[in-house]
Amino acid sequence: MSLLIIAEHDNSRLKPAFLNTITAARQLADEITVLVAGHRADSVAEAAARINGVSRILLVDAVQYEHQLAEDIAPLVLTLASGMTHILSSASTFGKNLMPRIAALLDVGMLSDVAEIKTSDTFIRPIYAGNVMATVKSHDAVKVMTIRSTAFDAATEGGGGKAAIEQGKAIAGSGLSAFLSEELTVSERPELTTADIIVSGGRGLGSNESFALIEALADKLQAAVGASRAAVDAGYMPNDYQVGQTGKIVAPQLYIAVGISGAIQHLAGMKDSKVIVAINKDPEAPIFEVADYGLVADLFKAVPELTEAL
Amino acid sequence: MFLSRLRAGGCEASNQPGECKKKMMKILVPIKRVIDYNVRVRVKSDRSGVERANVKMSMNPFCEIAVEEAIRMQEAGQAEEIIVVTIGGPKCQDILRTALAMGADRAILVETDVAVQPLAIAKLLKAVAMQEAPEIILLGKQAIDDDNNQTGQMLAALLGWPQGTFASRVEFADGKVHVMREIDGGLQTLALQLPAVITTDLRLNEPRYVKLPNIMKAKKKPLDTLRAAEMDIDITPTIEMLEVNEPAARSAGVKVADVSELVDKLRNEARVIA
Ligand SMILES: Cc1cc2nc3c(=O)[nH]c(=O)nc-3n(C[C@H](O)[C@H](O)[C@H](O)COP(=O)(O)OP(=O)(O)OC[C@H]3O[C@@H](n4cnc5c(N)ncnc54)[C@H](O)[C@@H]3O)c2cc1C
Ligand SMILES: Nc1ncnc2c1ncn2[C@@H]1O[C@H](COP(=O)(O)O)[C@@H](O)[C@H]1O
Repeated sequence: MSLLIIAEHDNSRLKPAFLNTITAARQLADEITVLVAGHRADSVAEAAARINGVSRILLVDAVQYEHQLAEDIAPLVLTLASGMTHILSSASTFGKNLMPRIAALLDVGMLSDVAEIKTSDTFIRPIYAGNVMATVKSHDAVKVMTIRSTAFDAATEGGGGKAAIEQGKAIAGSGLSAFLSEELTVSERPELTTADIIVSGGRGLGSNESFALIEALADKLQAAVGASRAAVDAGYMPNDYQVGQTGKIVAPQLYIAVGISGAIQHLAGMKDSKVIVAINKDPEAPIFEVADYGLVADLFKAVPELTEAL
Repeated sequence: MFLSRLRAGGCEASNQPGECKKKMMKILVPIKRVIDYNVRVRVKSDRSGVERANVKMSMNPFCEIAVEEAIRMQEAGQAEEIIVVTIGGPKCQDILRTALAMGADRAILVETDVAVQPLAIAKLLKAVAMQEAPEIILLGKQAIDDDNNQTGQMLAALLGWPQGTFASRVEFADGKVHVMREIDGGLQTLALQLPAVITTDLRLNEPRYVKLPNIMKAKKKPLDTLRAAEMDIDITPTIEMLEVNEPAARSAGVKVADVSELVDKLRNEARVIA
């Protein structure tokens, strides 16, 4: 088995989900090549080379890869794909954007959000918002897939690996798309998908201002802040805080859902958390069906009390 | 050619003198019929798939957002014609009629009984796109049944077009389309050459409700049927579904009486806080 992973990074650091993808890759192959396509991304290649289990780093450094646009990375991957049995990336917005484009250029199907590896061609992946787990067998020559990071442990960064870094050849830019701007959320808090504790707020908060209650509790617990779709739609929190079927998938040690009803689309994103706490004034709210500890209470009273008690 | 048309304000030499079409852009919107998002999906007892008998079906919510966006482009004078297309069995006509009632101009059903997978869907859509020559193809980012999130990107690859996935805002400027995308870290804006593929995210718009008179009107709009089997495209699935299972259920939890009991449980029973 020969496996290629497309590294997700910002030209200075690897994204955390990459480490989970490495763990999945090691279940599939001994020969793991990591493609670092970027601009001035040497430090990324060096970090990837130190991870245990990685055999080879291919660094392709060129200005057209600075923003890792799918239109430019996909044809590059095509030049590297021969002999590969698997091509992986994480099931982040990066991987979801890029990998289907690669699969189509290779004329193969694709497996999204792989959560378990049975054999080199048989996998388990969630469908219907995680209410059903499908066991699927790929008959394609190359298996192109994205890996659900919550389903695999993170490989240790700086794990003592000593993979060689080779310089790969860039191909001409496609000119199809161009990066214009980015508005990235800046936060002192832990990153949502890797946090040990998450405090999430929903429509029950009722306003932007009330989200301060969630933030105060999160800060006390050194937790990340998350939100339901309704809270994001209402503008209480930015889009990248959304947890759920069509947002982020999280599985922290502790997930505290405040003023969230527990729609299946929300549960899809958090029901694999180790311990779930729900605070909701409606005792019938479906969130209580998945909560280890449920507190039926007015959040405006309970949350400050909880913050105080910790 | 589209670029020059757009730059020229869409006024091209025409066979009929005096006829100048101002809005030239055509939009193709592929939509999928899925189990309604409110339905609690159940695994069949033989584990071969999910229960579909007597289950409410509707247009995939992300596709509704795509149809709505196309209509808004048309209302803003940016688009001339909206064509909706779906690939599936004869029952899929209902979502095409819904899209027509929302405001699409005509519909195409690519009929097949095969459970077509994203790559094959993309190949069929490519054939439709070659025929219709749209400047924009708007898809949902994800169908909420198989949760694949693949078709738009695959279609863009096959056509050699740029892709603006997970769009939360779409604007036309300088003969290009600017797409603001919802990404893991926040928002990113790209400029795409036309023609382009765009996939919708939740916050792009709020789809309109269909009004009764429009349902009547939609019945008169054209709906053409093509047969996938006659399109000379291999649509055999390459990914075999072996079985489906319910995920491991969480064991039932407890209700706590108050905040201090909650803190006690978290500290001493679950041991997840210090
Ligand atoms: C295609 C599609 C994709 C979707 N994707 C997602 C997704 O990824 N993530 C997601 O979260 N949702 C998603 N949704 C939306 C989902 O269906 C729900 O609408 C949403 O999760 C509801 O958010 P909520 O629980 O915050 O709001 P509500 O359902 O309105 O619940 C608010 C809760 O707050 C409680 N409450 C109110 N006031 C108080 C108070 N003072 N004290 C305590 N409790 C209070 C209420 O009892 C209620 O239970 C999606 C929907 C669709 C159609
Ligand atoms: N059978 C189909 N017919 C038409 N469009 C489809 C079909 N399946 C998927 N699509 C389009 O592709 C999008 C993404 O679907 P998917 O890649 O399956 O998650 C959907 O929102 C539709 O716009």
